[in-house]
Amino acid sequence: MIAKLKRLAALGLTAACVALLPTVAAAQTTEVSFYYPVAVGGPITKLVDSMAADFEKENPGIRIKPIYSGSYQESIVKALTAMKSGEPPVLSVLLSTDMFTLIDEGAIVDWTGLATSPDDQAWLKSFYPAFMENSQTGGKIWGVPFQRSTIVLYWNKEMFREAKLDPNRAPENWKEMLQYAQKLTKRDASGNVTQWGVQVPSSGFPYWLFQGFTTPNNVVLMNKAGNQTYYDNPAVIEALQYWVDLSQKHKVMPPGIIEWGTTPKDFFEKKIAMMWTTTGNLTNVKNNAKFDFGVAMLPANKRRGSPTGGGNFYLFKKSTPAQQQAALKFAKWITSAERAAQWGIETGYVAVRPAAWETVTLRKYAAGFPPATVARDQLEFSVAELSTHENQRVTKALNDGLQAALTGTKKPDQAMKDAQREADRILKPYRK
Amino acid sequence: MIRLSAQVHGWLLLLPAMVLLAAFTHYPAAATLLHSFFSTPKGERPAVWVGLDNYQGMVEDPVFWQALTNNLWFALGTIPVSIGLAMLMAVWVNGKLAGRGFLRMAYFTPTVLPMIAVANIWLFFYTPTYGLLEQVTGAFGLPSHNWLGTQNTVLGCLIVVTIWKEAGFFMIFYLAALQAIPPALAEAAAIEGAGRWYFFRRVVFPLLMPTTLFVLINAVINSFRLVEHIIVMTKGGPDNASALLLYYIYEVGFKFWDSAYASTLTVVLLAILASAAIAQFVFLEKRTHYQ
Repeated sequence: MIAKLKRLAALGLTAACVALLPTVAAAQTTEVSFYYPVAVGGPITKLVDSMAADFEKENPGIRIKPIYSGSYQESIVKALTAMKSGEPPVLSVLLSTDMFTLIDEGAIVDWTGLATSPDDQAWLKSFYPAFMENSQTGGKIWGVPFQRSTIVLYWNKEMFREAKLDPNRAPENWKEMLQYAQKLTKRDASGNVTQWGVQVPSSGFPYWLFQGFTTPNNVVLMNKAGNQTYYDNPAVIEALQYWVDLSQKHKVMPPGIIEWGTTPKDFFEKKIAMMWTTTGNLTNVKNNAKFDFGVAMLPANKRRGSPTGGGNFYLFKKSTPAQQQAALKFAKWITSAERAAQWGIETGYVAVRPAAWETVTLRKYAAGFPPATVARDQLEFSVAELSTHENQRVTKALNDGLQAALTGTKKPDQAMKDAQREADRILKPYRK
Repeated sequence: MIRLSAQVHGWLLLLPAMVLLAAFTHYPAAATLLHSFFSTPKGERPAVWVGLDNYQGMVEDPVFWQALTNNLWFALGTIPVSIGLAMLMAVWVNGKLAGRGFLRMAYFTPTVLPMIAVANIWLFFYTPTYGLLEQVTGAFGLPSHNWLGTQNTVLGCLIVVTIWKEAGFFMIFYLAALQAIPPALAEAAAIEGAGRWYFFRRVVFPLLMPTTLFVLINAVINSFRLVEHIIVMTKGGPDNASALLLYYIYEVGFKFWDSAYASTLTVVLLAILASAAIAQFVFLEKRTHYQ
């Protein structure tokens, strides 16, 4: 009874869809549905639509159907539920860290097997290596970098001047960042802080910002196979200790959990002198900061470094060979030097291929707005964002531990040992 | 023959409601219970019968216990206060006073606003150093506090938002009930020399009991049902201090993709809500006076 009803409902829906799209089946066109999330400000949907239209003009016979699918989190929910009901998109932009989850769900096919011509092979090799770290496993490439970012340090030049620091020089290393932050923290007569030296957000996804500490401390959080984490490595604990000390010991960063969403606002309101956030916020800061600001790479310790972030193109398994070829063509087109440059300028993401930075458009833009190149230059030192099998769960174990340490309910080493134990438990089935 | 057609007629009239109820309430509930005894299917691996394994895992899951405890505190914090406040506001705007319509509208406004918008506004109220709350406490010279970023204040902050959002909604029911109380009762009480408080306690309050029962059930359900403000404001943090049961279910189901364990948690939620509803109907029904 229920099954029958469901079938009837499905039939009704299909009929409605067919009625809405009368021309698709008639002409000899290949349709490529394409889910994309929007994670930064600006008229992104318009931009994607116009790019799809441009592509269709150059490639008659292929119809690109861009579908806005909400935030990254909503997009993977939609893509996976669509797959489970039998109608996944052909192409989707999802977090680079979702790779293992998508493989484990049997949702995607790799690009290596599809892009076989010498031209295609060269294309797959033309991205920044830092972006490819999160895009391949087991010798195969599963994701094509598209909207990628990294963490950088923004600083308020006026406050630097007031504190008698060189306004054009950001702290180079951990020691300097602490010294700078101490000079930049202001207190009123009764001892209440009116201006904080530095702010590193810790709500939602603290693990990502934490990688901005672990990478300079020359330690990685997981292996390449994605079935082992190193949360309780002494260098990891040391990195966490430094982060915790900024607020609890040195009192140059606000105590407790710092909200990711309000951090840029804190910066605009002149409550903080330095902040860590994504390069994706660059256009936002450029438009809203009513003062001179600078953008720098994250401070170094044993080395320089920051994690990459953002989204890749994934190709879903349940699509026809013709659709897959069309999707490949589209992915190559939209990541071409000119298009990648345009995408980078209009969104604030880092253009994903060195070739894009050689284009006239991007060179002109970078010359007029030098901070745009900081993220690119940092790529050389960047590492993969934390990603494992059962990614969200393993990441949550770390997030919970970080938040416990930052709020002072656990000591850093205890918090990281607990997180590692939890991650070991979750990852055990993947170590066979 | 005529009897039969009357029967068929009756069933046909019931059919639309029954189909909807079966498809969207009964079937999902039964399927949830069934799924909770299977493993989560993944890629090529189909779901297999695991008996009570999911329940065993749940009992050993500290986050589940924390979410459940948080939820009980959340319920305890929101239900009595929002109902009390709703009653107070209703009595207040039921009286004759200038600008009554405006006042009623003002009380009801939070209910009309979407929770996502509300949560975003409150996020900035609670912002350290320059948020609204901080500006008030700062004016009194109190030190700055990170309201949403500290384990021991975060749940309280969410409770306040929920009360603010819900009290106006419940007020509407009380207002309707108050206006249904015949004025003759007040006159009779006045002649007998009953004071206002005595009149409220012995006449109005008992007459409001059916409404209170209805509101109470709604409040209990809401305290387990609201989840949007957590997604916007805290994502269950810091360290699960503001994770409520439904939020945890969402996380397990749609972030971890562990649908079997999410079903298991849902069964617990269903059991809690069902027993709460039954308890309320059985015990309070007896003490409720219907006119």
